[in-house]
Amino acid sequence: MNAATQHVDLSSFVSTDKEDGNNTLNLTVEGMRCASCAWRIESALNSEQDVKARVNLSTNRLVLSWKGMKERGNALVVKATELGFTFAPFDPSQQNRSEAAEEKFLLKCIAVSGFAAGNIMLFSFALWFSTQASMGVGTRDLLHLVSALIAIPAIAYAGLPYFRSAINALRNMHTNMDVPISLAVILATGMSLFETLHHGAYAYFDSSTMLLFFLLIGRYLDRKARGKARAAAQDLLAMMQGTATIREGEKLRTLPIRDIMPDMQLIVASGEKIAADGIVTSGVSDVDTSLITGETLPQRAVAGQKLFAGMMNISAPLELKVSAASEQSLLADIVRLMENAEQGQAHYVQLADKVAGYYTPVVHILAAGTFITWLLLGLAWQKALLIATTVLIITCPCALGLAVPVVQVIASGLLFKKAMLLKSGDALERLAKTDTIVFDKTGTLTLGKPQLVTNGLYRMQDLQLAASLAAHSRHPLSRAICNAWNGEIIKLEVKEEPGNGVSALYQGKTIKLGRRGWCGNESATHDEALELWLNVPGSEPIRFIFTDALRPDAKQVIQKLKAMHFNIVLLSGDREPAVKSVATTLGINDFSATVTPVEKTERINALKTEGRNILMVGDGLNDAPALAAANVSMSPSTAIDIAQNAADIVFQGEKLFPVIEAITIARTSIRLVKQNFALSFFYNIIAVPLAITGNVTPLIAAIAMSSSSIAVIINAMRLNKVRTS
Amino acid sequence: MDVLLYLIPIALIIALIALGGFFWALRNNQFDDPKGNAERILRDD
Repeated sequence: MNAATQHVDLSSFVSTDKEDGNNTLNLTVEGMRCASCAWRIESALNSEQDVKARVNLSTNRLVLSWKGMKERGNALVVKATELGFTFAPFDPSQQNRSEAAEEKFLLKCIAVSGFAAGNIMLFSFALWFSTQASMGVGTRDLLHLVSALIAIPAIAYAGLPYFRSAINALRNMHTNMDVPISLAVILATGMSLFETLHHGAYAYFDSSTMLLFFLLIGRYLDRKARGKARAAAQDLLAMMQGTATIREGEKLRTLPIRDIMPDMQLIVASGEKIAADGIVTSGVSDVDTSLITGETLPQRAVAGQKLFAGMMNISAPLELKVSAASEQSLLADIVRLMENAEQGQAHYVQLADKVAGYYTPVVHILAAGTFITWLLLGLAWQKALLIATTVLIITCPCALGLAVPVVQVIASGLLFKKAMLLKSGDALERLAKTDTIVFDKTGTLTLGKPQLVTNGLYRMQDLQLAASLAAHSRHPLSRAICNAWNGEIIKLEVKEEPGNGVSALYQGKTIKLGRRGWCGNESATHDEALELWLNVPGSEPIRFIFTDALRPDAKQVIQKLKAMHFNIVLLSGDREPAVKSVATTLGINDFSATVTPVEKTERINALKTEGRNILMVGDGLNDAPALAAANVSMSPSTAIDIAQNAADIVFQGEKLFPVIEAITIARTSIRLVKQNFALSFFYNIIAVPLAITGNVTPLIAAIAMSSSSIAVIINAMRLNKVRTS
Repeated sequence: MDVLLYLIPIALIIALIALGGFFWALRNNQFDDPKGNAERILRDD
């Protein structure tokens, strides 16, 4: 259960329909693993009166609508939260809606151009393979006219994405790939209509519709692969929505988090997230700081200690004196850092756009040159224009338009099979260029879960007692003890002492499990290992030792990465000794401990200005700005939401090997993309002279276009053969 | 060749029906949640 959503007032996200009074709330769902989870949410909510819930499994979203009070939504969300899912409200923003509309429009264009191309092709086959003798001029003209009738409206509609973009480019006094495409399509159609009306032998309606069809497929795939831009800062802000409890004298008051001012007395119940930075004035508790510092273990919170917004209070109520309004909190700083980093990412120019930049002027010059040359050679302008048009059709970058998106789509499918989620297609390009990898420690190189060191160190009955006590605590170390013990548990009346540990009465004696200062042996040697003490009166206290285990293949992966000549850097918010021991075990020479989120980002930017291409791998909120700042980023699926949203690739499982796999796949992809470019150019070198000399018939154009597109697709399929191990 | 006068309109009408069907499906949000819809048909209620 997530306390953050439980107490949040969602009514500001509810939109009410003015006509029927229905309230609608859009939520993102976390923790939904399969269809049956979705059904559980739906049936739980739909069983309520006048409530309609619909889960979208493809986007992990829930649309909730109900009649009556706006506030009823809160109760509904709490009910769904009790099923074990986390919900966060979101505003289906204008931008997303227009993106979805654009995607839909592209699909419609594909359908229309496919319809036109298919039907015209039916007639074209007859035209290609008949001679003057077998088909009369009348029949030929009829077939041409019917083709024109289909092609012209279809192109007027399906060509819109290109025409619009071309006009935009021309208006801004520059040119892009869509200019020659639009020119080719319009000229080919116009000249073909002219030829048809003058009983000409050749019409290129099939070419112009097929051209659009292939190009639109490329554009649609590109749109799909491009996917979500890294926009995690918004999600983070959503976390700061909601309310907090303030004590004024003897009175308690609830107010929105954004209205919290310095010097207010903030009450934080156990299980609640701290809403603003502040200093503890009363209460003793344990605080989960993992969101902010990335530390595995809860921190003991006592009076006088500074705590930060975003930390979770675990065991007992705390009272804080607010030191900064929520806009000035550390969390808000992180949001700003991320926004800056995300804006910086926008400047990346994709390979395809670079190629297009060189290709477009060449195409224009070739076509114009052909037209003028034929005119000078004394050809009628209609004939010369027709030849120039075939040059445009032939050079039109069908294969070029497919070269990148097909590879990206296949790569993303391949990564998905290897339990990695690729969030944006161009991340592959950036990943392939990586030369420096920056790792976070906790949860990234390690599993982020402390584990009991169990090599016969403890007696069974001690472990059983400890587990029986630990079963009543939510502390990660207690959990670890429970995980290590799979025998019977003794029934105990367990009392929790916030900040210290747990105790219980057992056979007339008080036994304790907790920190060294409370029930351990103070004089025992101090080392940096995580520990928990079991104290049974009348015998020596027993020390349980824990480690945050490294990912099982961490060492091999780091060694292999080093062998692949990557610079490896370890930046952790954890304490020096813990970081050092991990760095030594793994053989990482460049490491820093107690690094703040701001310092992480600064370090990444510094490396970037050195000209390095950085892959950041991290999982915590403290890593999120660094993930956004790096050239490309990965995070494990155990990472917090924000980090996953900031990352380009999310990988699942306990192994670190996906990092190598992703890099290998990315490098192969880019190699294939380059080969695809080469293929398209090669085909141009053969076809362009034919076009310039006026030897391209509609049949040759159709064969050239489809064969080059198919060649590019087949080449992209070779990605499936990539070996990563 | 007179048969063309029937066959061409028939071919076009059939294709237009298919195109209309696709547009109808798209407008009715049938492509919004392909994963969910694939699972939904297996549900009992």
